[in-house]
Amino acid sequence: MRRLTLRTVALGYLALILLGPLSIVFWRAFEHGFGPAWSAVTTPEAIHAFRLTIEIAAIAVPANTIFGVLCALLIVRHPFPGKGLLNALVDLPLALSPVVVGFSLFLLYGRTGWFGSWLSKHGVQVLFAMPSMILATAFVSIPFVVREVVPVLREIGTDQEQAAETLGASQWQVFRRVTFPAIRWAVAYGVVLTTARSLGEYGAVSVVSGRLGGQTETATLYVSDRYENFDIVGAYSASVVLALMAIVVLLTMNLLRPKEGVH
Amino acid sequence: MSPFSGLTLGVVVSYLSLVVALPLAALVWQSTKSGSTGFWQSLTSPEAVSALELTLLASLAVALVNAVAGTVIAWVLVRDEFPGKGVVNALIDLPFALPTIVAGLTMLALYGPRSPVGIDVAYTRSAIVLALLFVTLPFVVRTVQPVLQELDHELEEAAESLGASNWQTFSRIVFPNLLPGILSGVALAFAKAVGEFGSIVIITGNIPFKTEVSSVYIFGQIESGNTSGAAAASVVLLAISFGVLLLIGALRFWATRHHA
Amino acid sequence: MGIRVEGVTKRFGSFTALNDVSLDVEQGSLTALLGPSGSGKSTLLRVIAGLERPDAGRVTISGEDATGVAPRKRGVGFVFQHYAAFKHMTVRGNIAFGLKIRRRPRAEIRTRVDELLALVQLQPFADRYPSQLSGGQRQRMALARALAVEPKVLLLDEPFGALDTRVRAELREWLHRLHDEVRVTTVFVTHDQEEAMALADQIAVLHEGRVEQVGSPRDLYDEPLTPFVMSFVGAAAQLGDRWVRQHDLDLKLKPTAGALEARVERVARLGFEARVELQLAGSGTIWAQMTCAELDRLGLEHGTPVWVIADRARVFAESS
Repeated sequence: MRRLTLRTVALGYLALILLGPLSIVFWRAFEHGFGPAWSAVTTPEAIHAFRLTIEIAAIAVPANTIFGVLCALLIVRHPFPGKGLLNALVDLPLALSPVVVGFSLFLLYGRTGWFGSWLSKHGVQVLFAMPSMILATAFVSIPFVVREVVPVLREIGTDQEQAAETLGASQWQVFRRVTFPAIRWAVAYGVVLTTARSLGEYGAVSVVSGRLGGQTETATLYVSDRYENFDIVGAYSASVVLALMAIVVLLTMNLLRPKEGVH
Repeated sequence: MSPFSGLTLGVVVSYLSLVVALPLAALVWQSTKSGSTGFWQSLTSPEAVSALELTLLASLAVALVNAVAGTVIAWVLVRDEFPGKGVVNALIDLPFALPTIVAGLTMLALYGPRSPVGIDVAYTRSAIVLALLFVTLPFVVRTVQPVLQELDHELEEAAESLGASNWQTFSRIVFPNLLPGILSGVALAFAKAVGEFGSIVIITGNIPFKTEVSSVYIFGQIESGNTSGAAAASVVLLAISFGVLLLIGALRFWATRHHA
Repeated sequence: MGIRVEGVTKRFGSFTALNDVSLDVEQGSLTALLGPSGSGKSTLLRVIAGLERPDAGRVTISGEDATGVAPRKRGVGFVFQHYAAFKHMTVRGNIAFGLKIRRRPRAEIRTRVDELLALVQLQPFADRYPSQLSGGQRQRMALARALAVEPKVLLLDEPFGALDTRVRAELREWLHRLHDEVRVTTVFVTHDQEEAMALADQIAVLHEGRVEQVGSPRDLYDEPLTPFVMSFVGAAAQLGDRWVRQHDLDLKLKPTAGALEARVERVARLGFEARVELQLAGSGTIWAQMTCAELDRLGLEHGTPVWVIADRARVFAESS
């Protein structure tokens, strides 16, 4: 009896909070039929926006993955002074407002910023261009691979690696043949999380991109741009595409989720 | 340290500095540029204070609701069986996977004008709470689930054999073991809520002193070129984020203090 | 009085853990449930405790039908193999738990806990946490915790299984002395026949969900009813359709009528006893047990031909 009540409460809360938003996206997008929705997401601006989003993710995600694995190795296997600070900086993006992230980049690369003045003298544009958007996306999605790999590395311990070393393997061989196979699912899961965060980033890129339609608008910025121009169908159609991407991410996440007992 | 790890350290530190540390350093430096009086003035401007108050109150309220709701949901997902449980479990991550701006649009569609359920809270504070409840949903659930799963069934059986009722077993044995997990989930949810931008910016109309949260306030300051105002408020949010991280670290330490 | 189990059956899906099991446990006695893994002994213990509901049958504790009753109302004390210590409470807190649940007055709880700490000799550790105790100490704490509420029946599920050999032997002695003092009906589960023989007044041997035999250690050893009991309680070898204990094998150096021809393969001296591995003339190997003195008297070594007499072998009825 109590079990049933608890279940009802939980599922009711979830239906309220989750299902409503999801279904309404689809409803509003296709309110006037499939045609208008399709043409809305196939305009040049829309296509450019999605392409830009994917391009940014294609750079930020691999960079963060390599960083993530190296950082995890460092944290678990090679203690060093300042490790606490490193840990804090890596975890910080989880707790920090994206607007603050964007603003800090804005300050660093703005005309009067530490890097900004030097870079503009050499004709390199960071702000209001791809580079800053990549940096912003990388910033907010930095923690995920690290946090997934660290506990796995801790758990497997060094025994296998030491055995490989005694059998003559070089450091690289140990990594490639022993360490990496052990962490690859954790890395995969971390990559999925990183990708999800990169595709969905809004606040930070909002600040650094300048929001020039057709040039520096990502898919998320495109959505809000359409909304602000009262193009409801356009906004929701683009949202549907993003929602579908999100569902694919969800499914992948749940397929790759680390089994219980790892942590 | 071997050459390999020396190289790794170099790469890691450089990357982290470029992407995270230097921008934040620039932020902190900027906030000192206008001197301590300037900083204090920007910090205590009525609009900034009002935004911060609203942000903190809403985030706290949402964190507390999640503490209860998240625990109940985690309990049902771990201890109960019903058809479609896998789907429900997967859906918990939706707020993480869905871009915040899309979440914001859907909030507007559901709870704004032309709402299919007849609730119109657009441009009100309730809208903020609703949006935050959506984006913070996964946090407590996902921190409590693994703890519940690993909780030794024998502990509950032992308590039962010693005469404890269901409630007593829960409150004296299960709950104390869940508490650190609940608290870290709450801390993460709080931090996310404080910094949330994309899901709020549309539905609330960002009316200063009424529905403007700190992140939106900062955005506005940037757009109007008031760098010092934006910097001061940003530093506050940065400090809150750091504080939350320290708290989570302390919780982790406290949780394992009795484990060999 | 004591415990009475009648016709209990318990299935887990398609697996039958207990098949029409009946057992009587005398009030105040110390009974062992002995058997290999999968024999159903832990399941039976848990059924008595109420942690499992039987599909059929009845359990009576101290004269009252306990079959549908929840564990907390049965008045049983349960001790788990891995202690199930409440890690977030001190030793004192753990022991006091059952009393706090029953809302006894603080002073009473304090006195009782002090008594129990003295009984299990854990006074210096009263305010420590379980993680600071050794395995043996944790198990003593678990026992004290179970005894605190004065249970009618004490149930122990492989209580020494997680401990190393020396500690196990010590705790065995200690449990025996405790039982003499406290005299509560005790049932414990083990797969270690030596432990069962050393501790119990009565042993129930379980195999594949059934009770094969119930009796005193001596009865089980001297008069086993089935080959399984014979080979599980003590060791036994099979010769054709007969079963014999290794120390009941007589080895002769000269051909003897009715004896089996064999050759010594290996001799192992194990302190006081010796183990002689024999290759039987027909085929197959068997080992014989004797004292080292006996071994020296016969002068056995690798290759020695011997003749084996198995006079005290048994034949069992078909039904097993």
